[in-house]
Amino acid sequence: MDLASLLQFLASGLTVGSTYGLAALGFTIIFNTTGIINFAQGEFVMLGGILAVVFMHWLDPGLPAAILLAVVATTLVGLLMERLTIRPVRNASAINLIIVTIGVSITIRGLVMLFWGKDTYVLPAFSGMAPIHLLGATIIPQSLWILGIAVVVLALLKGFFSRTIFGRAMLACSFEPRAARLVGISVERMVMASFMLSAFVGAVGGVILTPLTMTSYDVGVLLGMKGFAACILGGLGNPFGAAAGGLILGILEAFGAGLVSSAYKDAIAFVVILGILLWKPSGLFGVPDTERV
Amino acid sequence: MITRILFFALAVMVFISAPAAKAAEPIKVGAVLSVSGPASFLGEPERNTLLLLQDKINAQGGILGRPLEMIIYDDETEVNKAVLAADRLLKRDRVVAAIGGTTSGNTLAIMPKFASARIPLVSCAAAEKIVKPVNPWVFKTPQSDRHAVIKILEHAKSQGYKNIAIITVSDGFGQAGREVLMELIPAHGMNVAADEIYGPKDTDMTPQLTKIRGLNPDAIVCWGTNPGPAVIARNRVQLAMDTPLYMSHGVASKRFIELAGDAAEGLILPAGRLAVADQLSEDHPQKAVLQAYIQEYEARFNTEVSTFGGYAYDALTLIVEAVRRAGEATPQAIRDHLEEIHGFVATGGIFELSAEDHNGLDERAFVIVRIAGGDWELVSD
Repeated sequence: MDLASLLQFLASGLTVGSTYGLAALGFTIIFNTTGIINFAQGEFVMLGGILAVVFMHWLDPGLPAAILLAVVATTLVGLLMERLTIRPVRNASAINLIIVTIGVSITIRGLVMLFWGKDTYVLPAFSGMAPIHLLGATIIPQSLWILGIAVVVLALLKGFFSRTIFGRAMLACSFEPRAARLVGISVERMVMASFMLSAFVGAVGGVILTPLTMTSYDVGVLLGMKGFAACILGGLGNPFGAAAGGLILGILEAFGAGLVSSAYKDAIAFVVILGILLWKPSGLFGVPDTERV
Repeated sequence: MITRILFFALAVMVFISAPAAKAAEPIKVGAVLSVSGPASFLGEPERNTLLLLQDKINAQGGILGRPLEMIIYDDETEVNKAVLAADRLLKRDRVVAAIGGTTSGNTLAIMPKFASARIPLVSCAAAEKIVKPVNPWVFKTPQSDRHAVIKILEHAKSQGYKNIAIITVSDGFGQAGREVLMELIPAHGMNVAADEIYGPKDTDMTPQLTKIRGLNPDAIVCWGTNPGPAVIARNRVQLAMDTPLYMSHGVASKRFIELAGDAAEGLILPAGRLAVADQLSEDHPQKAVLQAYIQEYEARFNTEVSTFGGYAYDALTLIVEAVRRAGEATPQAIRDHLEEIHGFVATGGIFELSAEDHNGLDERAFVIVRIAGGDWELVSD
């Protein structure tokens, strides 16, 4: 296998991996505030892409405006989801809330299917489709957009959670909601903010992905699953781990398909993940749970 | 005397026409289609087509003077619901013939019920297994994958290609195509240079194409339905590959060209003549049928016609033709006369049914088209 092919596999893995990483980041945000896994995260990604397509066809405001509208609309969906489905049952156990998020994901998917059908849609690429040649491998500009935006989103989130008072307050809610309330943090507001933020990140992922991978009402299922796997691989709750987990998963798939067998590429990736989790159950970058007694 | 004869004749006429009036009870034809669920892109145009034909036939006085009543059930692309719907058609609605299922899996599940009830079933699904071996009560209208593969390989051979790489989707459609490709490529004196597979929801096939590029084949054949093949077409452009790429008839819809965009230019695929009805020569027997169907369908449903609706069109018109030939609408007579239909011009092709061939089409039902300027261009008829 020559160098150019290996580079091509790497480029493919990094592009696909950043999309998993962005989905994984969304999981991390909500987990960090509420301690629940939001299985509607993939639907946020889907909504970002689909709504951008819808706004493009409906209002025809040009690509940047359509993207902005789609991201804002999806963020509002995150807000509504929290207000209508999570807050009314906020005292329920985490497992019940997780089931609620599964219900929401099915509802969103169903509504999108009813309104806009089961077709696949595509957005125009941000800066053309002409491939860039690099040491024998080729990358289309959209891949660079995806990689770049994923890195920017990751850096912003990392800074947000560790440096801003708002971000630290959100973290505090997940560790100990009662203590957080005692020091004057409005837990409700933080939970709402986390849903909006994670819908925002998901929507950004969706709109930058759609020109490359296309979208339809059911793309969220697979992205949600891969994103969740990336989260677990990187260590649940760690934004850096989530992004790294996504990239590793993408690269494993690309090299699995290219070097071993394309029929078993998902199996290869998941077997490696299982192996890693057996060796390090808290994930690559996770800290093992310790409980003070 | 003359008045008496006239009176007698009149009485006889009244006597004869009395059962005819009674016979105006409808001819019931059933259908089990996947109008919703994953296969709705097939089932919905099929249902629409049946409704269109039902109204058209009844407006023209029905069949043998009796109205046609279509009883259509939606199986939601679920096998269990298809089986239940088949039971209802057979036991409650007492249809004389039926159409469906939409998918091969559903057809294979309901076939035995129709065979044991001795009611003819005309399927809208493509799998060869439906009519091979021949079940006396089961027919199908879509062309087989085999015919599409033969058409592609004949074209590849005429271009002098020797090494063919294949990339197929890991679902039922792709793997059935893969089997036929693996069998027929060597049979046509060519080599399978690469055998790659991708998942139906995969969004990046550059690893597979990179591998294929390294093997430097003369042509690539991709077997799948949207959106996978559109991704592959785009990835091929991304990798700056100029190896000719053949697609299957599974993407012979305008939707594919929209999704793949400029990357679709120059791709070659086998398609039913519906896609290129306007480009057929004026004396082609199918031209008038196709243009009428397209015009009526698009006028009523306000969406673009698809090849899939054509499968249902052919199924119902074949049943109607069998009833007309038989002069009666009993299941046995319909079955017997279906087998005797020859040279019947429909949307999918010219049907030549027989006791041995319950599909009645061959590779001539396909034409080779090239995508040029965002539209189909007829390459060879």
